[in-house]
Amino acid sequence: MKADPAGVLTGAHFIDGDHACCEGALAAGCRFSAGYPITPSTEVVERIAARFPHVGGMFIQMEDELAASIAILGAAWGGAKVLTVTSGPGFSLMMEHIGFAAMTETPCVFVDVQRAGPSTGLPTLPAQADMMQVRWGSHGDYGIIALSPNSPQECFNLTIEAFNLAETYRVPTFLMMDESVGHMTERVVIPAADEIEVVPRRYTSKPSGEYLPYEPEEDLVPAMVPVGRGYNVHVTGLTHDERGYPVMNAAAQDRLIRRLVDKIRKNARRIARYEESRIEGADVVVVSYGITSRVAMEGIRLARENGIKVGILRLVVVWPFPGWRIAELSGQIKAFVVPELNMGQMVLEVERYAAGRAKTHCVPHAGGTVHDPKEIATVIEEAVK
Amino acid sequence: MSMAEMEVPRNVVEEYLCMDRMPHMWCSGCGIGTTVNCFVRAIERSKIPRNKIAVVSGIGCTGRVAGYIATDSFHTTHGRAIPFATGLKLARPEMTVIVYSGDGDLIAIGGNHLIHGARRNIDLKIICINNFTYAMTGGQAGPTTPPGSISTTAPYGGFEQEFNLPYLAESSGAVYVARWTSFHVTQLTRAMAECLKKKGMTFLEIITPCPTLYGRRNRQGTGVDTMKMYREMSVVKHGADTKEAAIVPGKEILVGRFVDIDRPTFLDGYNKQMKSRLGERFPEYRGISEESDPLEQHGENEIEQ
Repeated sequence: MKADPAGVLTGAHFIDGDHACCEGALAAGCRFSAGYPITPSTEVVERIAARFPHVGGMFIQMEDELAASIAILGAAWGGAKVLTVTSGPGFSLMMEHIGFAAMTETPCVFVDVQRAGPSTGLPTLPAQADMMQVRWGSHGDYGIIALSPNSPQECFNLTIEAFNLAETYRVPTFLMMDESVGHMTERVVIPAADEIEVVPRRYTSKPSGEYLPYEPEEDLVPAMVPVGRGYNVHVTGLTHDERGYPVMNAAAQDRLIRRLVDKIRKNARRIARYEESRIEGADVVVVSYGITSRVAMEGIRLARENGIKVGILRLVVVWPFPGWRIAELSGQIKAFVVPELNMGQMVLEVERYAAGRAKTHCVPHAGGTVHDPKEIATVIEEAVK
Repeated sequence: MSMAEMEVPRNVVEEYLCMDRMPHMWCSGCGIGTTVNCFVRAIERSKIPRNKIAVVSGIGCTGRVAGYIATDSFHTTHGRAIPFATGLKLARPEMTVIVYSGDGDLIAIGGNHLIHGARRNIDLKIICINNFTYAMTGGQAGPTTPPGSISTTAPYGGFEQEFNLPYLAESSGAVYVARWTSFHVTQLTRAMAECLKKKGMTFLEIITPCPTLYGRRNRQGTGVDTMKMYREMSVVKHGADTKEAAIVPGKEILVGRFVDIDRPTFLDGYNKQMKSRLGERFPEYRGISEESDPLEQHGENEIEQ
């Protein structure tokens, strides 16, 4: 289905990543957002607060991130496409409801404009140190989808994609921005509404007597029902059966949790998105994402000047991680180089899938600014030795 | 007339309950089931169509209420029933959304959400079962446990001052505040019906026995003994000053409808403010569009119940 023109600000704009994210949400059909202010993500909800009333939407500023992250889930069950926005300390508080959303298969989008941590850290300065938290942060086993934009244009594009993936797989989906991308102002082109594809909610066509709320379809995802239709749907964070009723035993747990993990794992190749450049004949492949993928370009240029054959693999969808591609490349190249604004997070996935067939070099950074491209170039040069 | 010919009166309660989930998990002598009985009778009395009612619970013994009521129902996270219900209500303003949860859930871990929900005057019906303890986890002390009570985490007796719930709710902005006990089934059913009819955030505290985990440790005897105590100690005082409503063991329990006022709800305020600043550019907010709802598109408006 095509986007509702009411929410689409078609044209060329000069805006930052935070504002572009809000426009992406509107274009995707999001009409409900609950938030709590936190630097450097606040501009997203400020724009939402200004824009939503014009298009029949609702923004509510809640008392904390716990409230914001579950108010959106209530609205999602009420039929809305929903979004909340935060940064590190707020993201930590939201973990409770990321788990609840995963368990209840509630379509929702969380935006984390990453800043340096832990704790209050550097509120106004960038990091990419929530990449493992987004995957594993809530207790228990579950799957999620996370995307990482590297420009304001991508903040717009990938917010729409995040909504589409959340609706397709009924899973919390994350836009893992960082302070640099959030506050970077660039040209953002918003196409006409009829050029924007949006995925509507997956509602059942079965009548209430035949419908089981947690009976999966072929792709392991169950269809939803709108509330208020007499289906008497019961939604619980407890382990539940296909009827949605709590069942307290290991067999029910196994059946449900395997499906929650498998619906992402088995659809991973369909969900994955990455960009490659000059991989053919490369000795080294730089794996990066978000703002670091742009900084790395200069490091790669420096290394190429010294005659090194360097390819690029940029993760657009970070989770599920395209481990199969790393495994393929690891037989062909000497080494992976992974710069990221953390002390080594996604590099662990690269190393795991390279499985010793190619060396893996981390270029860690504690955050607060971006890498010096020369550091990246140096590691690339050492990697071919 | 033989037994087979006798007309069995319809039990209104069963129609509103998930009978396939019975027996429920509450202990003998617990008051929660009694309140659920009153609740479904109040729903019937209210004439609100069952498919326009949603029940939202948090975690705990009372948290299980959502799972037994045959409406759309949500068993959420600990303390967060009110913000979940806030999102649901704002997306679907035509639905009557009831938050049914316990004192530990709503007052301790969820206390911040309660006061902000009341301040905003979100149109939610809060039913707070107060059994003075965390029952699901085995009888720990909480913010409603009266000083001197024995609990598993206060084995030598508690000493912290407890919350006076009607006073807390009124001062936070609730438009309707009442308290009854599970002994007062007639008054309770009437109070629940009043809440369902009232616009804005209503707060109903229901004192209930927990013989297994609170009564037993605090010389209240069985559930029946506690009910007798409620009958003897309760004093009905409508319009009473909520400051005077603190519960002190051994003293009278003030019950009745304490607060019943009118003020604009969150959505009233939202629509008025946006209209005043945006004029024609503001489409009145009536909830999230149902365009994507396939049942709406096909004109199958109401599923037969």
